[in-house]
This record gives sequence, structure tokens and C-alpha cells, in this order.
Amino acid sequence: MSDPASSVVSRAAALVEDRTLPAVRAWKEAHPDGLVVGYLPIYVPRPLIEAMGALPVAVFGGGDAIDIIRGDSYFQSYICHIPRSTVELGLCGDLDALDAVLFPSICDVIRNLGGMWRMLFPDKLSLYVDLPQNFDMAVGGKFYVHEMQRIAGELVKRGAKPLEPEALRQAIARENTRRAAIAELDLLRRTEPWRVKASEAYLVIRAGATLPAAEHEAMVREFLAAVRQREARPVDNVRVVLVGSFCEQPPFDLIRALERSGCDIVDDDFQLGLRMIDGDIPGDDDPIEALSRAYLERGRDTASRYIGDLVKGAGLIGRVKASHADGVIFAAASFCDPALLDQPMLEHALTKAGVPHTSFKFAENTGQFQVIREQAGAFSDAVKLWGAAS
Amino acid sequence: MSETEADKDKSQLRQKRMIADHFAALARAKAEGKKVVYTFVPGNVTELLGALELLPVLPEINALQSGMRKKSAGYIAEAEKSGHSEDVCTYVKCDLGMLKSGNFGPTGEKLPEPDLLLLSYTGCFTFMKWFELLKQEYDCPVVMLHVPYQTDGVISADMRKYIVDQLEREVIPALEKVAGKKLDREELSRRLALSARAEEDLVAVWESARHKPSPIDGYFGGVYYVGPIFSSFRGSEDAALYYQELRAEIEERVRLGKGPVTPDGDMGEEKYRLVVEGPPNWTSFYDFWRMFSREGATVVASTYTRVGGLYDNGFRHDPKKPLESLADYCLGCYTNLGLPTRLDLLERYIKDYAADGFLINSVKSCNSFSVGQLLMLRKLEERTGVPGGFIESDLVDPRYFGKANIENRVQSFLQVLAARKKSGGGPLPTREKRVALPIVGGGS
Repeated sequence: MSDPASSVVSRAAALVEDRTLPAVRAWKEAHPDGLVVGYLPIYVPRPLIEAMGALPVAVFGGGDAIDIIRGDSYFQSYICHIPRSTVELGLCGDLDALDAVLFPSICDVIRNLGGMWRMLFPDKLSLYVDLPQNFDMAVGGKFYVHEMQRIAGELVKRGAKPLEPEALRQAIARENTRRAAIAELDLLRRTEPWRVKASEAYLVIRAGATLPAAEHEAMVREFLAAVRQREARPVDNVRVVLVGSFCEQPPFDLIRALERSGCDIVDDDFQLGLRMIDGDIPGDDDPIEALSRAYLERGRDTASRYIGDLVKGAGLIGRVKASHADGVIFAAASFCDPALLDQPMLEHALTKAGVPHTSFKFAENTGQFQVIREQAGAFSDAVKLWGAAS
Repeated sequence: MSETEADKDKSQLRQKRMIADHFAALARAKAEGKKVVYTFVPGNVTELLGALELLPVLPEINALQSGMRKKSAGYIAEAEKSGHSEDVCTYVKCDLGMLKSGNFGPTGEKLPEPDLLLLSYTGCFTFMKWFELLKQEYDCPVVMLHVPYQTDGVISADMRKYIVDQLEREVIPALEKVAGKKLDREELSRRLALSARAEEDLVAVWESARHKPSPIDGYFGGVYYVGPIFSSFRGSEDAALYYQELRAEIEERVRLGKGPVTPDGDMGEEKYRLVVEGPPNWTSFYDFWRMFSREGATVVASTYTRVGGLYDNGFRHDPKKPLESLADYCLGCYTNLGLPTRLDLLERYIKDYAADGFLINSVKSCNSFSVGQLLMLRKLEERTGVPGGFIESDLVDPRYFGKANIENRVQSFLQVLAARKKSGGGPLPTREKRVALPIVGGGS
């Protein structure tokens, strides 16, 4: 029997693999007055962009699909890979469809890349999104509201529709339904990982990088319906949570290699931006304040977000418990400061809690997976045999 | 610097005494019931700490001093052994390694544990992770001051208010709680007035480099000049006097037509005037300096010496607007400026200080500085017609200071400058077409 999900997975894969952004170009043809607004990981308030009649497009670099020729000449050897491939994509015209690019405050590299973008592409709008690290609504929340208003003002100058509260409420509602669909998919991965592989879910979620929220929600729901029709039986794999890949994405084949090594990835922080906020954003009287409050109060803990008075690692251990995971795999991009500085603290918390863990580094264009597969396989075997890896 | 006490200028002796007194005060702090606050150089609010009689400890300064004392390699190894990646900032690892090795400061005395970690998040993301890591080690509260990034080189009212709100609602109450007393606002203003005096004198020192020969080295010598104002002393009488004395000494050098002081005494003929972008290497600081001073190369301006405060754009702390001016100070630190603004500043330095060339020392540890420097190199050459050189090293990891490679690179660069001087200059070929200045790393 053919796989009922093969059609939607193929469409998702095509969207992910074609770096010339065909869906974006199609959208632009259908919306000649609409702006296309790219953004780097991790998170920007996408509903704000959609509410202004613009299309938000997540930019994850070039992955392993392009040869870096000019991009490398702008970065020293000790800088991570995503800015190189992003500059390469920009210089070779693959990102021409983007009228503006937002650079959120995730790390010094992405921040400075925003400055480089201004110098390399002076005709395009390049904006830094300063997400607050103060989580008091009266202080950081107010600042973030002003920050969103500033960004909206800049987009209007480039031809976007002025930000209207009702349009923003509707965009938030569309984003809520999309995130609800993704949450449903995440739940299915946790409860029946044999029914939906992490690699397939990855493709279906990542396809949303270039789609309006409503279209993406439809795709996720189509995928959910299809995989539920699959005839699948439980497999004796180890259940793992994967962390550290919130910005630069691992090569797709690396995710597959982990699966083949006997790991069911039941939770992860791949392309975290779409899942940054826990739960629905309420349709408040003041929707921009609602967006701000949601980020402050229900933003997911990640390495680039200040921990404040919270306990480091508590969020990760909570996710391990919620997903009934057997262990954690740290998969950070080489030279990723946030992930690699965070990792020892998280490892310490996991060790203290008795959760097995292992770690490796990758680059988005890593081509050899054998060592990682063997490492993950050994980890998986150790967890199965002894319940702990070390 | 000069070999004997007798050779030292009055300002040098004062600085030496200030540092010794500070570390002695830190060593006595717990016994005397003084409270200690760990914080960072860029975006520090030292006047606030001083007004509350809190003693600052600056982990970056500890790390750079460990580098100069040849202890950083062991500290970094210690941190890497305990699971810290070889990829990340060596200041952080050096500090953590020092902590694990007993936390002995530059005077050999044990540093006191912090009563508060004051996380000034200014221009460097790693600071946040650094204090999250320290929070695991110390049983003390942390208070964060998030300084927005100045992308456009403009301070908006929203940015300023965000900082002032944090100071009023979170930072000052946290400091008062640790200090056990209320902030005396008049004392804060008095200290800010002292800061402004010191800043005025420091700017005069920077601007003395317009003279030929320059009486100062604005990078290697400059790191000594910024010592008091970047660290624990801004807003103190001592710091104000230090800069008054330093300014007078530099003005005397101008009058006498002297060049800068170097590790080998007064420099001879000034052959090259350079602008430098990026922090120095600390593990081989004097070797690095001599690569320039022995060739007659003086650094007339540098950006590293603006990382703890940019004053030559006109900013001064304002006793009449204490919190607002602290906010503007934090916002204006060099690495908190967008790349285009940094480029404008470098261009201005090259032109104002009549530089023959500019050099970028790109350090592995500091993405805040380093990302974008290769583009800055090209753009600066295009804009100024002045050749740029590029070397790579690290702050405190000696594994990334390849002395022979770097020296070779510096000498080649200076030879290019010499050839240009001889030929009368002329337009630079575009970097893509040139082979004379390849970009090479200095790492071994």
C-alpha cells in the first residue's frame, strides 16, 4: 500500500529544497503590492508582518545545497556557517525576492550580519529586532511594543500596509491555528513516534518558512490526516530530545542518520521560531501588547533568552518528562556561541537529574554522518541496555 | 613600559597605586563587611556602585591579566576539561578556569565571592551566558541591565527609557539591597561630574595623536590610558586626577616633540601612523607591541579603547541627568554600535588622524568585534584609499597567537605602507584584484 503521506511530504520537500523560493515568487506575483520580509532565526513576530499584507519568510541559510564561494570571503574560519551561506544566497540573487530582512537579537553573529546586510545590499531594508531580555511587562514589554511599532513603521515606508489592530488580531488568530496544528503534530510525535518520523515532521514544518500561516496550517493538517491513516507498528527505538539546533539547521541527512541509529526524536528545537510561544496568543483589545506579553510570559526557554531567576535546565528536564524521553542529544552548530555556552549548564542539570545525554557538533553542510551515526547508535544501545549512557 | 619606578610618570604611579589599593580592598572586603559586585566593562555603571560603596570586580579584566601573567592557557584547559567547548570565548573559559583554580587575582590574593552579579548586557551576547555560568557557581542574586543595540547610530527615546526604567525598577533596588542603604542621588551626581572631568581629559589625550609625531600610542599605550575609566575607578577623585596628570604629561610630550612611550622607552622616528580595529592579544602583548614600535609604527587611534565608553563623539556623563546619561553611556559603547556606524567612526579616525594604514586584529574569541571585519576592511579601503591589513589572533588563548606568522604579516603590511610612501601613494587596486595583501591567519 502506498504511503498516504507521500504526496504532502514530497510537496514539503520541494518547498524546502528549492532555494530560489518558488512559493515566495508565486505569492509576490499574486500580491504585487505586498512586501516579502525575510527573517533570520530564531523568532520574529510573524503575525505583525502578515497583518501588514506582507509575507514573512524564514531564512535558514543554504544548508548543504550550495557551494560557498563568495560567502566564505566575508567570514573568518571561526564563525559559524549560517552567515556564510546566507551571504552567498544573497550575492547570487537567490534572496532577491526579499524586500526586507529582519535580524533578531539571537547572538552577535546574526546581529552583525544585519549590519553587513545593510552594507552589501543597501537597496534592501535591513532591520534589527531587539527582543527584550527584561521580562517585566511594564519595562521590557513596553520596549518590545515600541520595537514592533518601529519595525512596522519602517515596513510602511517600504510600501507595506499600515498596521491596523483588527488585521493584527486576525493574523494572530491565523498564527494560533497554525501553531495549534504544529502542536498537534508534536503531540503525535511524542505519543506515536513510529507513525511520524521526526525527519518528515521537520520537512512539513520547515515548508512553512515560505508560506502564509493559513496555507501552512492546511499543509500540516493534511499531513496529520495522512499519517493517521498509516499502518504503523511501534518500534523498539530510544526516545530522545534533541537540543541545540535552534538557528543553523543540521543537514537533513543528519536527522535521518540519527533516526537510522535507533533514535526516535520525540522533541527538538529545530526551527524553533514557529514554536517559540507556548499556547494561544489571546485576542486582546490591544493585539500588539498581546504579542509582547506572549513573548515575555510564554516564550520558550532557549539559549539566547536570558534565564533570569529560573533554574537552568528545568525547562529541558520538563520537556524530557513530558515526552517520556530516555535521553537527550545535544546537536549544536560548530561555533554557535549560545548553544555551546548553554550546553555545559544543561548537561550539568541532566546529569543531576539522571537523564542520559550525548553531544556532537555539526555544520549545515556537514557531509559525513558515519561517526555521528555510530555515536548515536552507541548512545541508543547504552540507554537500552543500562538506562544510562555513561 | 619604563623599567624602574623612577622612570615612571606620575600618572603611571598613581594608576599602579589605585589598582593595588583596589585589590587590597577586595582582599579585605569580606572581613570588613564590604559588598562585592561582579560586572562587565562595557556598559558598567561604576558611579552607581561607588555611590553605594560597592566594590566592583570585572571578570574580563581578570581574564586579560591572567593572559598577561601567562596563566590563561592553564585556566582555559581547566575549563575545557570540565566540558566547555573549544569554540567559545576564551575570556569566559579563562575566568571559569581561574575560579576553579582558587580565584586568585593579579596580586596573588584571593578574590572575594560576589554578593551580586550585575549583568550589563551591552554589545556582547556572551556576557549573558557568562553570568548564567557564574550564577551556577555562586549563591548570589543576578540583576540584568539589558542595553538595546544602536543599529542606526541613533539613540531613541524608547531605548533610553528602557534603560532608565530598568535602572530605577530593578538595578538600583538590587544594588541598594546588597549595599544595605538607599542610593544617595547627590553622591551619584557628584561622581558623574568627576567622570565628565576625566572624560574631557581623556579625549584631549586621544586627540593629541593628531600631532606629528603622535605623543601617544592609542592602542598599546591606550589600553593603559583606559584602565581607570574602563574599570573600577570612573567617578572617583583618583580617576579624575589620573586623567588630569596624564593629559599634562602628554601635553608636555607634545611640547618636547616626543613620540610615544614604548616597552623599550621613547619611540624613535615615527614612520607609520596606523588605526587599529579589534582588541589586542594579551598573552604576547609586549611582543605584539614591539612588532610595531620597533618598526616606527604608532597607532594613532583604535576602536578597542572605545569599547568601555566612546567619548570622542562628544558624550559626557551628565550630573544633571544621571540615569539618562548612564543610559546614553551604555548605549554608546563601541561594540554596541551597528557595523555601518563602526565603519563611519573608523573612516573618521583614519582621516582625522592622518593614518597611513589601518590594521584589523581579528580575535577568535569575540564575535561581537569580529563578524563583519572582512567587509569593513574592503569598505574602508574603498572609502579612504588607505591600505588595510588583517591578522588573526585571540584575546587570552596562546594557542591562537602564532608569533612568526603575525610578525611576518605585520612586516609585509608595513612594507606596503613604506612602498606607498615612497611612490607618493595613489589609488588602491580593488582587493579582489590584489595579491599583495592576502588575508592570512596568525594562528599556529
